[in-house]
Amino acid sequence: MKDKGKLLALLFIGSEAFFFLTLLMTYIYFRRDTLIHDSVAPHLNVKRAAFLTICLVTSSVTFMLSKKSLFKNKIRRFKIGMFITMLLAAIFLLGQGKEYYDLYKKQITISRDIFGSNFFTLTGFHGLHVFLGLTCISLLFAFSFSKFKIVTKAGINGVEVYWHFVDGVWLFIFFYVYITPLL
Amino acid sequence: MSLYQPIPEPKDELPSPKRSTGLLSWFSSVDHKQIAIMYMLLALFFFIIGGLEAMVIRIQLSMPQSGFVTPQTYSQIFTMHGTTMIFLVLMPSLIGLGTYFVPMMIGANEMAFPRLNAFSFWITCLGGFVLYFSFFAGNAPNAGWFNYAPLSEKPYTANIGIDYYVIGLSITGIGSIGAALNFITTVLTRRAKQMKLNMLPLFVWMVLVNSFLILGAFPLLNSGLFMLLIDRQLDAHFFVPSTGGSALVWQHIFWSFGHPEVYILILPAWGVISEVIPVFSRKPIFGYAFVAVSSIAIGLLSFGVWMHHMFAIGMSNTVNAFFGASSLLIGVPTGVKVINWIATMYKGSIRFTVAMLFCLLFLINFTIGGLSGISFALVPVDWQLTDSYYVVAHLHYVFLGGTAFAVFAGVYYWFPKMTGRFLSEKLGKWHVWLFVTGFNMTFLVQHLLGIFGMPRRVYTYMDDLPYGFLLNGISSAGAVLMFIAVAIFLWNLYISYKKGKKAGPDPWNAWTLEWATTSPPTLQNFKELPPIHSRRPLWDLKHPENQDKRLN
Ligand code: HEM
Ligand SMILES: [Cu+2]
Repeated sequence: MKDKGKLLALLFIGSEAFFFLTLLMTYIYFRRDTLIHDSVAPHLNVKRAAFLTICLVTSSVTFMLSKKSLFKNKIRRFKIGMFITMLLAAIFLLGQGKEYYDLYKKQITISRDIFGSNFFTLTGFHGLHVFLGLTCISLLFAFSFSKFKIVTKAGINGVEVYWHFVDGVWLFIFFYVYITPLL
Repeated sequence: MSLYQPIPEPKDELPSPKRSTGLLSWFSSVDHKQIAIMYMLLALFFFIIGGLEAMVIRIQLSMPQSGFVTPQTYSQIFTMHGTTMIFLVLMPSLIGLGTYFVPMMIGANEMAFPRLNAFSFWITCLGGFVLYFSFFAGNAPNAGWFNYAPLSEKPYTANIGIDYYVIGLSITGIGSIGAALNFITTVLTRRAKQMKLNMLPLFVWMVLVNSFLILGAFPLLNSGLFMLLIDRQLDAHFFVPSTGGSALVWQHIFWSFGHPEVYILILPAWGVISEVIPVFSRKPIFGYAFVAVSSIAIGLLSFGVWMHHMFAIGMSNTVNAFFGASSLLIGVPTGVKVINWIATMYKGSIRFTVAMLFCLLFLINFTIGGLSGISFALVPVDWQLTDSYYVVAHLHYVFLGGTAFAVFAGVYYWFPKMTGRFLSEKLGKWHVWLFVTGFNMTFLVQHLLGIFGMPRRVYTYMDDLPYGFLLNGISSAGAVLMFIAVAIFLWNLYISYKKGKKAGPDPWNAWTLEWATTSPPTLQNFKELPPIHSRRPLWDLKHPENQDKRLN
């Protein structure tokens, strides 16, 4: 492969995948093999989570589109696309914050029981990754206004791969944490 | 103006402040050779500390019911000893050798990401010091290098040591991941144009495969560590059985990292052996393709055997049988590799240099370690021997008799390249023979101790084991011999660096590209490369009439 930045990003998220795999397996293990009653699932707001999922998936698409316009030198479109991506990511994070707050009001916290521990650790680490991704995207966005206007191909390709990954991980989390308890 | 511009990256030589003297040139360096040497020095520093800890352990155990250290201190010392040796000695020394020689062996002037390289080193260093800071913070970690929950949880270990363990290890883990990312991108994007993948020196092959293992294994450890930290600091319940958690989950996570980790520590060692043995036997490696490709198979398999560390927890027979069988399977390609190395020496004209001696002793001692490993893979045997000194014997035969011997071989082999001077062969022979004698005295008898029922991780024992006093005495005496051997090694490093015999660019008459430049290499490794048409470019250069088969 020629593009060493993209190769690095791919390898990096490969290793991140193992990290999330472990958290997810732990979650699934406790779901299936504990006698304790699940205290978190009944209180989750699935509709809101579904909406947030749509936001995140859409943001992956807008990222792709704005990258395309960048490579075609359509700078304005690039900026608009990036802005929408950031907005969607921010909505996701705010929605997650609201979820945490609602649970907190019902006294469901990380230390309440094993399901609290699992839920907050899994979604928390994912949220952290969304936050980091959002930071990178904001940087790319900001650079496009700066005097030097440097948005490298390696940079944007790397962030893109990462962002799709964060998105993909969320689909798994959404399925296992929000959907399976309903089935 | 277009938005899309490549950042100008220097193509060949990277800026490192060229103050030729002074510490600053080291601290600020992004040169792979300087960083590699710092890795090696870091490993050496912790090797001394870990060695001193080992001495404390062996003094304490040299006689029954000794009171040299308290049980509390003993737990901290053996925990720190294991953790240090694995994460701060073997890992950095192997990564260090890789950082120095992978770019040189593939004809590159730098790693793919020089700044990431510096970052990886310094973060590893930081992790080590965080771990050791625990001593000053009041209490070192004391739950073993495997840190079993719930022993490592708040209710059992309220003191701060475990938190330092968690933070220190996750930091060094991030450093290792950085190094692995860098190795893979370097090998895949920075190779000399003519060098195809099937011409890579075996050391490079092993480091490459190894890096993939690191990328798979270390995130597993990190997620476990983070969960433990969340348990301890935020009162979560992952590994606390009394509140719905599961202690076994820790063991699963830890060993699904831990078993690949032991292969992470042996693969580059195999790489070193595969470079040194051919050169000193004057024959190309026997079965290059097998050695390279079987490493991939072993690497993949190593993720499927972790439960052999947990045979005693009461899994079903099916599970035990599966993991027993998969563990036995790993023994097969490993055994064939040993045969490859022996076949390489067969009918060669062998030069018994110190480096070669370490390789030969590697073959013998590593094989003993492999055999005790096989015996553990048989479930009933493991039930009998787990948590006994037999395990201690096994792991030292593979780590010390395996990896460490290979690192020593690598140091004797490559020291002339790194410094321009030979290590003294005379001192080296003292080092080899004292070390291997001491090593076998210390650990061979531990097989017996284990079989007789001496438990590991326990700070003392009663005088009721058969020959317990005698065997433990032999074991401790052997440790003293190793200690002296390492002192001689340190002296050798120092004195040879100062006034060792001068070495030319290619003192061993070797074959791989690192020998195609001056010793030590200049900042820019290569001005020009010899033509590369086979696995032994320098051989082809020196023997135009008798070249290897062209591979491109
Ligand atoms: C032929 C291949 C091998 C087999 C079948 C094997 C098998 C085993 C088994 C079953 C155990 C668990 C013993 C117990 O705790 O009851 C074990 C422990 C261990 N093995 Fe191996 N092994 C092999 C090679 C290696 C290699 C190459 C290394 C390292 C370079 C290694 C390092 C270790 C360590 C460090 C432990 C102890 C872990 C601990 O409890 O702290 N083994 N091995
Ligand atoms: Cu194992």
